Amino acid sequence: MSTHNPFFDPTLKKRHLADKIFKFVALSALLIAVSFLVIFFTDIISKGLPSYKQAYVNLPVTYNKDTVADSSYAIDEEHYELVSRAWYRDMPMYATAHPEVMNKTTKEWVLADDEVDQYLKGHAHTLTDEQKVVVDKMIKEGSVELQFNSIFFSTGDSKIPENSGFLSSVVGSILTIFICIAFAFPIGVMSAIYLEEFAKQGKVSTFLEININNLAAVPSILFGLLGLAIFINLFGMPRSSALVGGLTLGLMTLPVIIVAGRTALRSVPASIRQAAYGLGLTKWQVVKDHVLPLGMPGILTGSIIGIARAMGETAPLIIVGMIAFIPDIPTSFTQASTVMPAQIFTWAGMPEGAYVERVSGAIMILLGVLLTMNALAIYFRKKYEIKW
Amino acid sequence: MKFDIKTKARTPINANRQIKVQSEDLKLWYGQKQALFGISMDIYKNSITALIGPSGCGKSTFLRCLNRMNDLITGVNVDGKVIIDGKNIYDRDVDEVSVRKKIGMVFQQPNPFPKSIYENVSYAPIKHGIVKKGSDCDELVENSLKSAGLWNEVKDILKNPGTGLSGGQQQRLCIARTIAVKPEVILMDEPTSALDPISTEKIEELMIELRKDFTIITVTHNMQQAARVSDYTAFFHLGKLIEYADTESIFVNPKIKQTEDYITGRFG
Amino acid sequence: MVWLLAGATLITTLTTVGILFSILFEAIEFFKVESFWYFITGTEWTPGVSDAKFGAVPIFTGTIIITLIALIVAVPIGINIAIYLSEYASGRVRDIAKPIIETLAGIPTVVYGFFAAITLAPFIVNVCASFGVEASFNNALASGVVMGIMIVPIIASLSDDVISSVPDHMRKGSLALGMTKSETIKFIVLPAALPGIISAVLLGISRAIGETMIVVMAAGLRPNLSFNPLDDMTTVTVKIVEALTGDSSFDSPETLSAFALGLVLFVLTLLLNIVSVMMIRKFKEKYKSSNL
Repeated sequence: MSTHNPFFDPTLKKRHLADKIFKFVALSALLIAVSFLVIFFTDIISKGLPSYKQAYVNLPVTYNKDTVADSSYAIDEEHYELVSRAWYRDMPMYATAHPEVMNKTTKEWVLADDEVDQYLKGHAHTLTDEQKVVVDKMIKEGSVELQFNSIFFSTGDSKIPENSGFLSSVVGSILTIFICIAFAFPIGVMSAIYLEEFAKQGKVSTFLEININNLAAVPSILFGLLGLAIFINLFGMPRSSALVGGLTLGLMTLPVIIVAGRTALRSVPASIRQAAYGLGLTKWQVVKDHVLPLGMPGILTGSIIGIARAMGETAPLIIVGMIAFIPDIPTSFTQASTVMPAQIFTWAGMPEGAYVERVSGAIMILLGVLLTMNALAIYFRKKYEIKW
Repeated sequence: MKFDIKTKARTPINANRQIKVQSEDLKLWYGQKQALFGISMDIYKNSITALIGPSGCGKSTFLRCLNRMNDLITGVNVDGKVIIDGKNIYDRDVDEVSVRKKIGMVFQQPNPFPKSIYENVSYAPIKHGIVKKGSDCDELVENSLKSAGLWNEVKDILKNPGTGLSGGQQQRLCIARTIAVKPEVILMDEPTSALDPISTEKIEELMIELRKDFTIITVTHNMQQAARVSDYTAFFHLGKLIEYADTESIFVNPKIKQTEDYITGRFG
Repeated sequence: MVWLLAGATLITTLTTVGILFSILFEAIEFFKVESFWYFITGTEWTPGVSDAKFGAVPIFTGTIIITLIALIVAVPIGINIAIYLSEYASGRVRDIAKPIIETLAGIPTVVYGFFAAITLAPFIVNVCASFGVEASFNNALASGVVMGIMIVPIIASLSDDVISSVPDHMRKGSLALGMTKSETIKFIVLPAALPGIISAVLLGISRAIGETMIVVMAAGLRPNLSFNPLDDMTTVTVKIVEALTGDSSFDSPETLSAFALGLVLFVLTLLLNIVSVMMIRKFKEKYKSSNL
């Protein structure tokens, strides 16, 4: 074999280099997206994890007539400011409910002020130098510690940072999404069936299709304006309620479910329809008993994604008033309530560091729920991906 | 069955014929499945060689080995040699891009680029640095389109998209853009199977014309076509080269029973 | 039964009509107070004072600049991700990368807003300060960049679909001419996919203009006619939220201005969405009936 290479082309070196650079640029775009996610999750988790723990102080508490009348006397002066205002507020009720504690001074763990909590976690705080000395001493004695933050998971919002919890907005979200699903899912599936199986091809169906595609891309805040004008001002439904919020989100989710539904129905092969028609079934029977069940996994997958999106939506709900201050857990659809993302929004506007921490903690819960839903959708899609 | 063995001047088959492409014991696997079983054949310069055989016999696979298009398919393994101008194109120091520049290819489906007719032809030569934009390039485009017999039909609509042409014109445009790169060998993978009879005839005439300047290897399902245009014919079956000779001998006097059965339509 | 189904389908049309009218009526009320012409060309937005003026130009420029920053981030990243996934990535890489991109799309905008306001904006202020440049804590850059990341998945996944649906025979045609892979992508695949990619970008623009939470949380409230991305700026959506969550009564001009801004938002996004849908339909038709 001769060493002469008739295929040698000196210009190719440059072109192959350009090739490599091009591929590298494309890959780095992907890497940028991935590294953003990594930075983002690290940031949120590092800010949010501490919110699941809360500082408590172990102090002698005096229960008697005077301290029940004015709970600020229950703690000695030196430690007075280290205890949460929420504890002072609730103490008389506790003492009334538990008469056996009266006229005693016992050492017990009480909820600390959020500044103590922030100081312990090494964040910015407003403790004075004297207070710091006291807290440092208590740390040495083991009479201050971070305990599991059960308040965060079991109560509603509060103006006292250390006393605020996420549960009322979780319940609010569940109520709102229930309305959203109850409204959007049946109507969405029915519309998909109509458009895919019954509507005649023509100008009307093209118009409907463009309208639905457009609606899926209308800014969500405009759905808020619609909800405000129709549900609240026109129908007189209660402002800030899960009912109004759910219906508003329902209108927003509808096009997503319709598009997913149509795609799913379309992927059911013609042979199945023909076979069913061959048995002498009516069109409605064919759709109801054969096409719809086969399309259902696809419809569900699309709907889960749409509902997850609704669950993370804030803007339209702000417009219909779902950013109200909700300390108690809502129990009906017409009660004023808030939802997880709206709670995150309100807390994010608070100046105290304890709220920033809670926002991140709340975001972790919200993202956990949403990503689980998305992962479920992807899993269903893979599992029921039938190759006809 | 009678074949209309081409009457136009055939390349005289003589001892001076030059080998252009030489395949030596070429084997190919798609993953675990072997598709070519040691193909060895010499392909002669300035001739048309037709590869025939039933579907799945490996003729298109073999064709794609000659310009390393199979490299694009994942899981393909090639063993053996394809020697062109004294160099095995599968050697490590051979760049498949320059192989494809030297060995052009025309596909079954006409696949003009979604660009103007002019750009369809000028795209590759400019990239290869054969010409620069300007009058040289205009000339190359004109010559290539003339060689492909398309110039008179498109000279006034060079700015129109290539995809707007008829199927036959599209295929000639694809031939023109292949010629423009000045390859030495042109591979054609069933170039007329998607075309109507009139377009097919034009392409066949074009192939005979192009033989003067290029070595053409074509895969065809149409045995009439192989008989009409080719100088040599190779019959493939189940990944093996069964018989290879000048076209006349293959069609008039096949030596192997399988070849005869195939060309007389007993299977395939 | 069919009528019931048709009735259900009607709801989407009613929604569009409802959005249009609920905005339009209030907007008309607003234009009785402020002239339409001053609204779209005036540069002073002073709703609180006795001689209130509603010139929305500073609000529009804020929206445009933040959207532009978002596009500068999202278009190159989104399209390059699409190119990598459709042209280079192996099946396994795709299987991993696609859910990651979908995760970006699944993050609620309020969370993006929090990240922009609490992490990115102070970071930008600090970096600028170290170069002796002053940046606002409500700088447009932070909102714009985070908004860009938010629309990356929209552009990436739509472009990926479009690029993947460019017929393979075009790539082969180019490679068979001795073109390298990147040359084939740049000169054949991308131009062929262009209408679809433009459609994806238009949809991204529409999302950016209509995005609310990121700007409400991270951008400013002050209508500030500035072109410096380090300044604070406000947007159409911010002003809508501000007007409707404030204390002013429902028929005050300030509240009504939200609907006038809403109308602008609706018309603009409607146009973008329709052009986008039309382009993608055209693209699909072209390659469904691809030559012959």
